[in-house]
Amino acid sequence: MEQLFHVAPYTGYVYPNETVFPWTVMIVVYPYLTGLVAGAFTVSSFYHVFGMEQFRPVSRLALLTALSFMIFVPYPLLMHLGHPERAFNAMITPHITSAFVAFGYFALFYVCLLVLEIWFVFRVDVVAHAQNATGLARQFYRALSLWSDDTSERARAIDRKFMFVLAVVGIPAAHGLHGYVGFVFASLKSREWWGSDMMPAVFLFSAIISGVALLIVLYITIAKIRRVPIDEACVRGLVYALWGFMMFTLLLEGVEFATLVYKGKEGIDIILEYVAHDLFYRFFVFQFGVGAILPIILITYMVFRKVRGKTFITVAFICGLLVLLQVFLMRWNVVISGQEIAKTMKGLLYYHVPVLGREGLIVSLSALFGPLVLLWIFTRVLPPWLDRPATAGPQ
Amino acid sequence: MKQKNDKSRAGRRTFLRTAGKAAVAAAALVGARSVGAQDKPGTRAAAGPVEGYNWNEHRWAYGIDTYRCIGCLRCVEACKAENGVSLDAHHFRTWVERYVYLEGEETARVDSQADSQNIAASGSEKEYRFDNRYKDKKVEKAFFVPKMCNHCSRPSCVQVCPTGATYKTKDGAVLIDHEHCIGCQYCVQACPYGARFFNDEERVTDKCTWCYHRITKGLMPACVEVCPTGTRIFGDLNDKESEISKFVRDNRVQVLKPEQGNAPTCFYIGLDKDVS
Repeated sequence: MEQLFHVAPYTGYVYPNETVFPWTVMIVVYPYLTGLVAGAFTVSSFYHVFGMEQFRPVSRLALLTALSFMIFVPYPLLMHLGHPERAFNAMITPHITSAFVAFGYFALFYVCLLVLEIWFVFRVDVVAHAQNATGLARQFYRALSLWSDDTSERARAIDRKFMFVLAVVGIPAAHGLHGYVGFVFASLKSREWWGSDMMPAVFLFSAIISGVALLIVLYITIAKIRRVPIDEACVRGLVYALWGFMMFTLLLEGVEFATLVYKGKEGIDIILEYVAHDLFYRFFVFQFGVGAILPIILITYMVFRKVRGKTFITVAFICGLLVLLQVFLMRWNVVISGQEIAKTMKGLLYYHVPVLGREGLIVSLSALFGPLVLLWIFTRVLPPWLDRPATAGPQ
Repeated sequence: MKQKNDKSRAGRRTFLRTAGKAAVAAAALVGARSVGAQDKPGTRAAAGPVEGYNWNEHRWAYGIDTYRCIGCLRCVEACKAENGVSLDAHHFRTWVERYVYLEGEETARVDSQADSQNIAASGSEKEYRFDNRYKDKKVEKAFFVPKMCNHCSRPSCVQVCPTGATYKTKDGAVLIDHEHCIGCQYCVQACPYGARFFNDEERVTDKCTWCYHRITKGLMPACVEVCPTGTRIFGDLNDKESEISKFVRDNRVQVLKPEQGNAPTCFYIGLDKDVS
């Protein structure tokens, strides 16, 4: 039988009720997923809003990625809730002073917007599939095209107009969804570690870099699996975007931490003790060092030395993975670390992820990798590849 | 050490009355424990309006005179039994902290019911006592501080609840409607005092209700009822002659973490610089 609760070991003095962690790894995974959604959408808008041609090869993959991850966003939240069957209460009978109430509406709005955007982007493809397929598949694609087969230039012009408007609205929607997650933490005055005005901005920028990094990794991996040539200009664009946004993220996080230390409010002693010992590796060494500074150095070096070809792709891939690690650690170091510093400011708690259970390691991994399975299914139904004219449709 | 003027406070008669009630309550608790798990009057009372009780007529408040607390923890046991709170060292509607300044040390050593040495001393997580770890040390200053939900006037838990399941009543209590709580624990995070916990059996959040099921019948909260020293005071601020009105009027009361802006309605006397 599943253990009813897990008691966290602690040092110093903590309130007795604090020994059971309220927010677990599920609440680490949740902002990680929303961040990837916001970041992936940003990449798609590079092409769909700003018309930056070099991002064309990933523009449609980015949209499907955003949708795959977005569909999984409620999953860790529902696993966390004591009564998931009551989850809709927050939308049906909302308590409007709660910062969390907006999430349901935001998420619903964004999913609708994303689905619409994808529909317009893929509409001409869907019509082509409907015409080429037979049997059930034909019926499926016809339904997906809403029984319309109009691919005239006029219809396409209307599609493009909608794509543009939806993508423009989608940028603040996707970023708002994630900036707001940062606000949920920043607005909690009970925890010094979270109560920073910069938190929403840190969440937002780290979201963008995580989405860009994910697309670098996905694009290169998928190209290898599909045995198609990698569009180096596209990867280069993504890597440069990663570099730029990462500088901002690093700066914001650095300044946020420096402000906390410099203010030196009550409890700073325990925070410094925590940072110097328990947090040293996962904050300074892995999040900042390996996850942020190392990829910045690697990318800077590649730009400086004008590295091209296979080496560039390999290093870009490694940098993508490192940034994905960095952002996950950032989420962990916010959500879990904030709770590891006791509200008494006199003690530290230690969180351990249980393997089994609703909020365990296995569920976390399913929430992190489930979207990739969903993405694979989506790419089978709506191939987003823009390198093969045969499947790219008559667009 | 104690400098407070007691004249206005409970006299001998009150003490006897309190002691008598404590004895009765203690006897009742033995029976109450066995039924506590199935019958949770605290949670059920919080779920709906109380017949024959007008919450507009009362303004409840709580007082804690730390000078009087002897750390017997009868309040903790009474609360757990009365409200069916899980009998372990990690779920409390009320708990008591021990602050000890040893000679030559600038900060207090603090421990409470989740402390492993205290658990070992009581022999079980189902019983509560403070161990005697300082018997060979030179203690400069020591005192106990009972803690509980502060039933804040501007409760951050109520602010963040996404469904309104936790709410402030007209008479001042902060309650949780267990039928509507979704168990997100946002309120647990938002409470600066660590007063809330997750009820693992009902899968909702839980905390002190001031024994709302009792006070609406004219009774005292269980912790106040059993306190043998008069440390815990409860009453109606609308009644100028109530114990709590006198307590607030006659003392320079403090609240915990005033900088949080929650404006608690649990008033303390005898706090110390290290109490947080």
